[in-house]
Amino acid sequence: MKTTSKLYRTEQRYAYLFIAAPVIGFLIFAMVPLLYSIYGAFTDWNGLGQMNFIGLENFKNLFQDEYFYKSMYNTIFMMLGIPIGIVLALLLALALNRGIPGTNTFRVLYYIPVISSLAAISILWQWAYNGDYGLVNQFLALFDIKGPNWLQNTGTVKPALIIMTVWKGLGYTMLLYLAALQSVPKSFYEAAKLDGANAFKAFWYITLPMVKPVTFFIIVTNIIGGAQIFTEINVMTPTGGPEFSSASVVFYIWQKAFGNFQLGYASAMALVLGLFIFIVTLIQFKINEKNSFDLD
Amino acid sequence: MEVAITKKTTKAVPMSEKKKNRITNTFVFVLLSIGAIFMIAPLLWMFSTSLKSKEDVFSLPPVWIPHTISFHKYTEIWGMGPLLSGIGNSLIVAITVTVIGTFTSSLAAFAFSKLQFAGKNKIFIALFASVMIPYPVVMIPQFIMFSNIGWIDSLLPLIIPGLFGNIFMIFFLRQFLTSIPNSIIEAAKIDGCSYFQIFYKIIFPLIKPAVAAQLILWFMGIWNDYLGPILYLNSPEKQTLQLVIANFNASYAIQSDYPLIMAASMVALLPMLIVFIIFQKQIIESIAISGVKG
Repeated sequence: MKTTSKLYRTEQRYAYLFIAAPVIGFLIFAMVPLLYSIYGAFTDWNGLGQMNFIGLENFKNLFQDEYFYKSMYNTIFMMLGIPIGIVLALLLALALNRGIPGTNTFRVLYYIPVISSLAAISILWQWAYNGDYGLVNQFLALFDIKGPNWLQNTGTVKPALIIMTVWKGLGYTMLLYLAALQSVPKSFYEAAKLDGANAFKAFWYITLPMVKPVTFFIIVTNIIGGAQIFTEINVMTPTGGPEFSSASVVFYIWQKAFGNFQLGYASAMALVLGLFIFIVTLIQFKINEKNSFDLD
Repeated sequence: MEVAITKKTTKAVPMSEKKKNRITNTFVFVLLSIGAIFMIAPLLWMFSTSLKSKEDVFSLPPVWIPHTISFHKYTEIWGMGPLLSGIGNSLIVAITVTVIGTFTSSLAAFAFSKLQFAGKNKIFIALFASVMIPYPVVMIPQFIMFSNIGWIDSLLPLIIPGLFGNIFMIFFLRQFLTSIPNSIIEAAKIDGCSYFQIFYKIIFPLIKPAVAAQLILWFMGIWNDYLGPILYLNSPEKQTLQLVIANFNASYAIQSDYPLIMAASMVALLPMLIVFIIFQKQIIESIAISGVKG
């Protein structure tokens, strides 16, 4: 705009003042660290002042590091909880949408794990997964099943973590689906009924597509979050699990950076993780675009 | 005309439709109740464990209601670790950040939604994009940065960044503000209000409900934070609550003093639980809105 009246200029000045804090915060705590991290990934940074450019050596070592691949595999494996959580949450939301008595109480009860501190929950579940006295094996014993020592077995430690993360996140996903379900116009279902559709057809052709935006949101945010999983692993399996079978990428980054002071290497790993998240998210957006529809 | 048709349909459809509904609803209720039990049982078990004697903890078959209910552990925990200072530290961080951060965030949201300035959209998108940067990518340089100014092992690295505002809150408030007509602001301008006056006399009172919900969620997030504190806080008296109970777990699990660990964890869990139950309506609404809009 070429016209800059005094009024406009005053407003602009105040506006810049008002947004100054977040913008400065963004620069100091996001932009600068990001650039520093990108640079650091190409050096032999060890936190004590040494920071010599070593080109792609960190990345070369990274892609030959079996622990990196293990942590990557673990992290992706544990994302199996996402589809499980989505299916369960949608079913719960459908159930809750029927308006039965006690809806509000149910909502609160299902949400309590969500707002509980992750550290406290991890401590609780670590004890719950105890091979001899834990709650989980007590429950299995009711069905005459002898439960394993969940967190000590390479084959069961990841499923154990998946179960816990699904348990913890269920209420949140359910709430989102509930809100989405309640915004589907009832007239759609009525029209379908008149056309002779049964409950399953109504679900498949109306409900599912109508909640797709929420499903997309949940998958994207859960993949971004799941890629950065740390607290549960650090509290429940402080050494990264039996034969490193529960260590996540962030856990390994943390170990390398603050345990071994290999900051350059850790930065390189963090960058690879960041890129991974970015690419996966981009792919999801592209797929979603292809499949989207507009309501008239 | 419509009434006549509906009357006709209810007569034509047999009572079994209503009955079918009732049966499904009862079935649904039972399923939801079973699910709710799964959700709550671990927490109840945690509470029950905190009241048990050692024999009860390790007894088979398992004991849910302890033979001797003892709240003894709840008095013991205060002396077994820096629990009180942990609560204090968590409160200091959470209150400071949410109070000041809410101020900066709502001021910025006001500017982004109601004021005109060059580059408004570009700046907003850039701020929002910063959310996409995963914390592990910036945590190492941030740590070095704070280390260079000597802030390691203090609460400052956890407090200072938050004071600059919270992008989620800014985004949410900005959306909320679009429903407030510009004419109010224009009228205030004509009346000679300064921009600050417009903010605290008009805008802030109007967005109070939205702010309240976001503030509570933010507070809970800070209270429950683990990765930030574990990076910066080393000495026990500086640690926040979550770290303290994690250390309880690490130290006392070897002694199998699970009642102690569970009691401490309950203390960490309870405040936010109470906050949630009091403010559940606002919290749940706020989350539902953010999800649907997203």
